[in-house]
Amino acid sequence: MGIVATLQQKLFRWQSDGTAPLRLGQRRVFIIPSRGGLLYALALIVMLIGAINYNLALGHALVFLLAGLGLVGMIHTFRNLHGLIITPGRSGPVFAGETAHFQITLDNDRTTPRLGLELEAESGHPVFATVNRKKSTKLNIPVSAKKRGWLTLPRVRLSTRYPLGLFTAWAYLQPAMRCLVYPQPIGAPLPPASPTPVGGERSGDGGQEDFAGFRERQPADSPRHVAWKASARNANGPLLIKQFAGGAQVELRLDWQLTDAGLADETRLGILTGWVLAADAADAHYGLRLPGVDIPIGSGERHRQLCLEALALYQP
Amino acid sequence: MSTPAREALDRHATPWLFATALATTAPHFIHQPPWLSVLTGAMLLWAVWLWWKDRRLPGRWILIPLVGAGSAGILLEFHTLFGRDAGVAMLVMFMTMKLLELKSRRDAMVIVTLGYFLLLTHYLYSQSIPTGIWLLAAMWLVTATLIRLHGGPTSQPRDFLRYAGVLCLQAIPFMLVLYLLFPRISGPLWGLPSDAYAGKTGLSDTMTPGSIAQLVQNADIAFRVRFDGPLPPKQKLYWRGPVMEQFDGTTWQPYKGRHPAPQLDSMSPPIAYETTLEAHNQRWLLALDAPGNLPAETSLSGTLTVNTANAINERQRFRLSASLDYRFNASEDPLVLRRNLVLPANSNPQTRALAAQWRVGNTPEGVISKALGLFAADFTYTLYPPLLGRHSVDDFLFRSKRGFCEHYAAAFVTLMRAADIPARVVGGYQGGEFNPLDQYLVVRQSDAHAWAEVWLDGKGWVRVDPTAAVSPDRIETGIANALAFGEPLPMLIQIRADWIRTLRYRWEAINNAWNQNILGYDPQRQRELLARLGLADTDWRSLVIALGGTCGLLVAGLMAWTLYKRPERDPVVRLWHKALRQLARRKVDCAPWETPLDLARRVREQRPELAEPFQRVVDAYLVARYGNTDEHLKTLRDAVAQLR
Repeated sequence: MGIVATLQQKLFRWQSDGTAPLRLGQRRVFIIPSRGGLLYALALIVMLIGAINYNLALGHALVFLLAGLGLVGMIHTFRNLHGLIITPGRSGPVFAGETAHFQITLDNDRTTPRLGLELEAESGHPVFATVNRKKSTKLNIPVSAKKRGWLTLPRVRLSTRYPLGLFTAWAYLQPAMRCLVYPQPIGAPLPPASPTPVGGERSGDGGQEDFAGFRERQPADSPRHVAWKASARNANGPLLIKQFAGGAQVELRLDWQLTDAGLADETRLGILTGWVLAADAADAHYGLRLPGVDIPIGSGERHRQLCLEALALYQP
Repeated sequence: MSTPAREALDRHATPWLFATALATTAPHFIHQPPWLSVLTGAMLLWAVWLWWKDRRLPGRWILIPLVGAGSAGILLEFHTLFGRDAGVAMLVMFMTMKLLELKSRRDAMVIVTLGYFLLLTHYLYSQSIPTGIWLLAAMWLVTATLIRLHGGPTSQPRDFLRYAGVLCLQAIPFMLVLYLLFPRISGPLWGLPSDAYAGKTGLSDTMTPGSIAQLVQNADIAFRVRFDGPLPPKQKLYWRGPVMEQFDGTTWQPYKGRHPAPQLDSMSPPIAYETTLEAHNQRWLLALDAPGNLPAETSLSGTLTVNTANAINERQRFRLSASLDYRFNASEDPLVLRRNLVLPANSNPQTRALAAQWRVGNTPEGVISKALGLFAADFTYTLYPPLLGRHSVDDFLFRSKRGFCEHYAAAFVTLMRAADIPARVVGGYQGGEFNPLDQYLVVRQSDAHAWAEVWLDGKGWVRVDPTAAVSPDRIETGIANALAFGEPLPMLIQIRADWIRTLRYRWEAINNAWNQNILGYDPQRQRELLARLGLADTDWRSLVIALGGTCGLLVAGLMAWTLYKRPERDPVVRLWHKALRQLARRKVDCAPWETPLDLARRVREQRPELAEPFQRVVDAYLVARYGNTDEHLKTLRDAVAQLR
């Protein structure tokens, strides 16, 4: 296996050397006749025999023209991949059991379009792409996320049969891309809120109780808090956020210890993930405690991400 | 059966396949049986209708009986499923049937490949220039279809057609190399089906009244001749075909038995020429009288006909020579002479009586001139002779007095035989039309002719053409002048307007060049060409190496050209540099660190008269280069143009 992997690495150079973007060079693109091409070749042989047998001068010419067309088709199929620029993009985190999407940008600096491109990371889930002349196309390669943790993009097969379908040209890509996979959430009732009531020290800081006025929206603010009507009144101005003041706040401590110790570790992580999501949905303030990890009480999108990241990367 | 996504066929690709099917099958409608054209046309329309209405395609339980019925029809029509006509009919049927089974891209690939294959089948029927052009166009369409199948629906049809055109043009160098260097094998590789050479017209080996008159109405070319020297006089151009010695009262036919070898004394220097014979499915050549210097694969019969070992079923070239004045068999075998005096018993009593009367006190030469004098007196040369009765020569000589060359030849030979002079009928062609453009003499089916040959003591066989006595024009200028207006001659021959004739000459010269150089490129010509290229005595192995090397070079060249073309420069930058060059000519140079706006400011100070037009250039340049639109190129171009 080791030898095979080394050989494949040497031969197909699919591991990107890390310098993105990558331009497909001559040595990365491979080409073989497709099934349609074999049918075509067979037809040409039969036609040649026919032309010889009936002594058809123009038949010879036609067969030779078609043979030339096949060769030209080969060059153009190769050309459809050659010089394509591949830039790895972002990939948002997903939950285990979902499909991760790795964004890749294909750039075409030629004055002819590149059509009929096919990218496939997992067999059976190809993505089709076309890149117009002097344009770029962003596309998402789906990979099913089975396990929590980092999911690295497997080898991607970029192939094409355009223009004539007589040849398949392909290149293997492996840009260094990874995607965080959160544990699969398991729905479970939230643990009881902690008895500590919220004191005055937290008032005026993003509470949910009493309306206190507007402020400009910051990128970290949840879209749910946007005051759409107020923002619409001043169409050219910034989006506004309703501000609330004071009030009692629910505080949750989501602790590894609160889950049933008899369950498997992954299940317990799943339950904790479910709690984080539920707590976030309820706009609660919550903290997360895992063996060796302690995330203080907080709320908001960034906090949620921090908790889920900890759960995804937790090593028991 | 579901189709995987990558094999799915989008709806708008289907019309391309209909077009492919139509373009590749339609020319066959001309010669295939009408019921098949109707069947395939109906299936094509059905497929189009189903597509238009977005209906489901018919299931196997409809298609299989349809294929069965179609095959049965073909079997009934042609009595076979193989061979040329039946095979083509099957392919045409499969093509239209496949349209009713069009589900995935794989089916579409089958249709396209079948389309390419069908293109070849048209050459079985015609290899003319128009066929070649039509098929080139069809190939272009089929290729565009193929590109459309794999390129998906995002581009315009125009783009696919253009791309297909580019691919076909790039394939042409490969075709030329392969055409010239691919080791040629003379076919056929195996016995051809019996219908392989059906429908070739030409002189037949028997003569009945009306057989030549029918042939004369055909303007097809029988053969083309190029003389090494000047063109001999037209009345000497007798192209000898079969010699007919046996007469049963209606039909003249050649004697099937053996002849002694001919003795031929040439009395004029031989004239060398090359003849390109169209296929006529017979085993004789049409050689100028009297033939000499025969090519290796031919032999001279006892009646001076040049025979080949195999029937000529495709266009072939031969080099020959001819002596226009000759003496042929001055001493003839008595058996042959006796055979050439035989007449059917109890036929044509009036003719016999006339001949017996002439024989008294006349030499054979005297009898011949009496006969020719009779014809010259009051006979008419026409393609519309009245029907003749049982004593056909009597009827012709004494009643109708209207006939075509075969009537005159037959009547003359009958008269001679009745007068005890050995005589026989010779079939062939007379004259021809000289094309001044390519120096070829074109002989058509309409030049078909029949004349007589008599044996005279001491002179041997002498040609006598009774038609010349009736209508001297026929021999001297051609058939169009010899016949009265209104005779059913082909239009091509009848029209004598000069500009039409020039056009026709040009067209025929092009056709001849096509036939000689393209269609006539055979193993022989290939050897000649290679010898001229310095590759004499090549075996197939070095030919394959030369071929592979040239094709490899072509592929490498094409790759270099298509892959590593210099990237096109941004037109906006190009225009900006053009504007800077204009400024430099007026002694304002742009420093490398200077921004366009700084430069504009400096121009305003140094060359106030340029300030306004240059400001326009700068504004347009900034918008075109940094603005988020593509539309300002024209503004920039105009501004730069005004700077001048």
